[in-house]
Amino acid sequence: MRRPRLGYRPPLPLVAAAVIVALSAALPLVYLVIRAAEAGGPAVWQLVSRPRTLQLLCNTLLLALAVSSSATVIAVPTAWLLVRTDLPWKPFWSVATVVPLTIPSLVGGYAFVAALGSGGIVHQWLSRWGIGFSGVYGAWGAWLVLTLLSYPYVLLPVRSTLQSLDPAVEEAAMSLGRSPAGVFWHVTLPALRPAIASGALLVSLYTLSDFAAVSLLQFDSFTRAIYVQYQASFNRSHAAVLGLVLVALTTLLLGVDSRLRGNKRLDRTGPGGKRKAALVKLGKWRWLAVIALGLLVLAAVGLPVGVSAAWLVRGLAHGERVVVDLGIAANSFLVSLGAAALTAIAALPVALLAARYPSRLSRIIERASYIGYALPGIVVALSLVFFGARAGGLLYQTIAMLLFAYLVLFLPQAVGAISANLALASPNLENVARSLGYTPWRVFWRVTLPLITPGVISAGALVFLTAMKELPATLLLSPIGFRTLTTSLWGAVSEAFYARAAAPALLLVGISSLSLFILLRNEGMRR
Amino acid sequence: MGELRTAGGRRALLKLGSALLLAWLLATAPGYAQGETLVIYSGRSEALVQPLIDRFVATTGINVRVRYGDTAELAATILEEGDRSPADVYWAQDAGALGALEAYDRLSPLPDELLARVDHRLQSPAGVWVATSGRARVVAYNTRLVPPSELPESIWGFTDPKWRGRIGWAPTNGSFQAFVTALRLLEGDERAEKWLRGVLANQPRVYRNNTAIVDAVGRGEIHVGFVNHYYLHRFLAEQGEKFPVRNHHTSGDAGAIINIAGVGILKSSRAKEAALRFVEFLLSPEAQEYFAQEVYEYPVLLGVEIEINPHVIPLDEINAPHLNLGDLKDLEGTLEMLQRVGVL
Repeated sequence: MRRPRLGYRPPLPLVAAAVIVALSAALPLVYLVIRAAEAGGPAVWQLVSRPRTLQLLCNTLLLALAVSSSATVIAVPTAWLLVRTDLPWKPFWSVATVVPLTIPSLVGGYAFVAALGSGGIVHQWLSRWGIGFSGVYGAWGAWLVLTLLSYPYVLLPVRSTLQSLDPAVEEAAMSLGRSPAGVFWHVTLPALRPAIASGALLVSLYTLSDFAAVSLLQFDSFTRAIYVQYQASFNRSHAAVLGLVLVALTTLLLGVDSRLRGNKRLDRTGPGGKRKAALVKLGKWRWLAVIALGLLVLAAVGLPVGVSAAWLVRGLAHGERVVVDLGIAANSFLVSLGAAALTAIAALPVALLAARYPSRLSRIIERASYIGYALPGIVVALSLVFFGARAGGLLYQTIAMLLFAYLVLFLPQAVGAISANLALASPNLENVARSLGYTPWRVFWRVTLPLITPGVISAGALVFLTAMKELPATLLLSPIGFRTLTTSLWGAVSEAFYARAAAPALLLVGISSLSLFILLRNEGMRR
Repeated sequence: MGELRTAGGRRALLKLGSALLLAWLLATAPGYAQGETLVIYSGRSEALVQPLIDRFVATTGINVRVRYGDTAELAATILEEGDRSPADVYWAQDAGALGALEAYDRLSPLPDELLARVDHRLQSPAGVWVATSGRARVVAYNTRLVPPSELPESIWGFTDPKWRGRIGWAPTNGSFQAFVTALRLLEGDERAEKWLRGVLANQPRVYRNNTAIVDAVGRGEIHVGFVNHYYLHRFLAEQGEKFPVRNHHTSGDAGAIINIAGVGILKSSRAKEAALRFVEFLLSPEAQEYFAQEVYEYPVLLGVEIEINPHVIPLDEINAPHLNLGDLKDLEGTLEMLQRVGVL
């Protein structure tokens, strides 16, 4: 069955709001075109057609595909274990498996090199047991680290879809003679497809735009080519040309994503209420499941946290002065909270328009929202410097400006979370409300919003966690003298003040994890 | 994800949240009408220079605000901001970034009296930026894996196949590119390219920056790395004397150039007087002593005796080549060469 739509024309204020949000998100693209035009045609062609450029592009694309596939392979079984089985210590696992989302890729990169690089802690320990390997660098190291840091982007939407999925269809398939495995493959997995696709898209774009982890793990990615233009020759137009190539690649990935997503109907159409699926008894497999999740959490969370703690202890032992400034932590927390609220609200019209009034315009608007997310942070930051200094007036380098930057950077995370929720909520209720004489505005407040509140909250949560660890835009666009946990972490680690870097790193992971815990703790009680 | 339990609780929380947010927004809003404020964009990190800036504020009473960031990214920011840049002073980790602002005509000339305090080779020929401290280019080596006798007197020694798989470098880093530019100036493009190809044949590992190299040399992942001298001292301070890395100086070639951190005043500055006082302060004996003692760098003042940190090898024991840093401006040419050879 095709995805249902509302039987009404989109209200004008909704379209206007969505267009404004999309135009904001497309600002970096405008900047890139302006700067690239300065380079002139022949220079552009020479830069784009260099074999090296193409090679980097291929490298990066392959890495993005590899990371998003492995993230899916980790996330889907994990989500199933968390939702559908009698896994022991479930509340702990549901938070712990999402905590990697709180770890900045700068910290992840440093930690993996310090532990697994040759001469590193884990490397030495393993070689004492006769297990030797040649270090963590190159494609496989980048793949490993990015997978471990980003799989929660798939885990979160898959898990919430599994929770809201009506088990009646699966039970029907079972009663018609399908094996449990057959039901999973032919009934459950297809229903998870949109969630997997939207998560995998976020993972692959995260991989495209990351610079910190790939540069530390010595993987030659496309972002490095862009950074080199700024760092080596201060050539902003060459950097812009390469940025446009990245935008083109993103468009390609968005096309793949919409094919993967399909247009199946996911909401309930039958009468009656939805029930909770029966839990699968794991039996003796439960300990295997615990060990597997334990190893995952140990690698993705234990390692970065352990290395940071070791830095702190080592530095303190040699008399380093470490000051924990809670004001900086408050800055990080509040600005990320603001970013979460702003971005979730801005994402609403975009997601609503795309889900309820599919058209060419709504599709373009939804795709425009992804531009900022796929570009390296420095490119987005400089584009907002460009517009902010010219047209921002008194707003330039204020909190408002910084929040706007976060909106441009993280919009698709929020759009994705809200869209996933909208796909599960039947538009029939909205249609009925309209036909009974409710205005569109009232329908939104009284029907749609209550239906998708969980989606809006998880949109905000994702943006909050990502904003907590954002660096390039925070450095360039925050009010002058404004410090956050990430800026202090970066300032210290780049000058080898490891102990001083460890304190904000641990505080960052701690605060973010605590916020996650508060968000997720009600989950078990809700149903 | 979960929902908050009741609608009332949700609303109360929302109100509390927005009130807090508003209060904090007002508290962090920049004070535009606070009288003269000096705005510094600093590519030097807060951990290294904030104590010195605090001293400047204490002695002059001038209100100072600092934006810390990456040297190259801050230069790009100033270029994008154009004439509306809020920055008065740009303080950079390397001469290349200052040269870029000079090339775009964004820096204003410094008074001759100030320039005369510093060796003319450590300032722009047009007098728009000047060094504030110096750092020597060195080869960091692992003391357990490389006997000092094995270390060559010249950087050309590292093109020998015996260094295969033992070298680390950071070709995206500004200080490495200054080194290559110096090599091109001293020995010509052809020789520079030959050196790059020679080292490349030894399969050097590519690191993100100088600290990552020193860290890797310490772990023994590589045996030697091309870096600036003062990073080592940070590691020794944090990990103790047993940290197995020391610096080696080559002799009279590009491997022994003196790089700088330097400062310039923006043309668009509306606080030029305060900016000038800041530059003067950086070139005062007090500030120079701070760089020498606390940051392990070399002072740049002529005719003033400033004691350097006892861990650091004095400048007159290093055989640095004669070079004007202002001549190291063909960054584009260096980048092209690095890309042609396949280093980048």
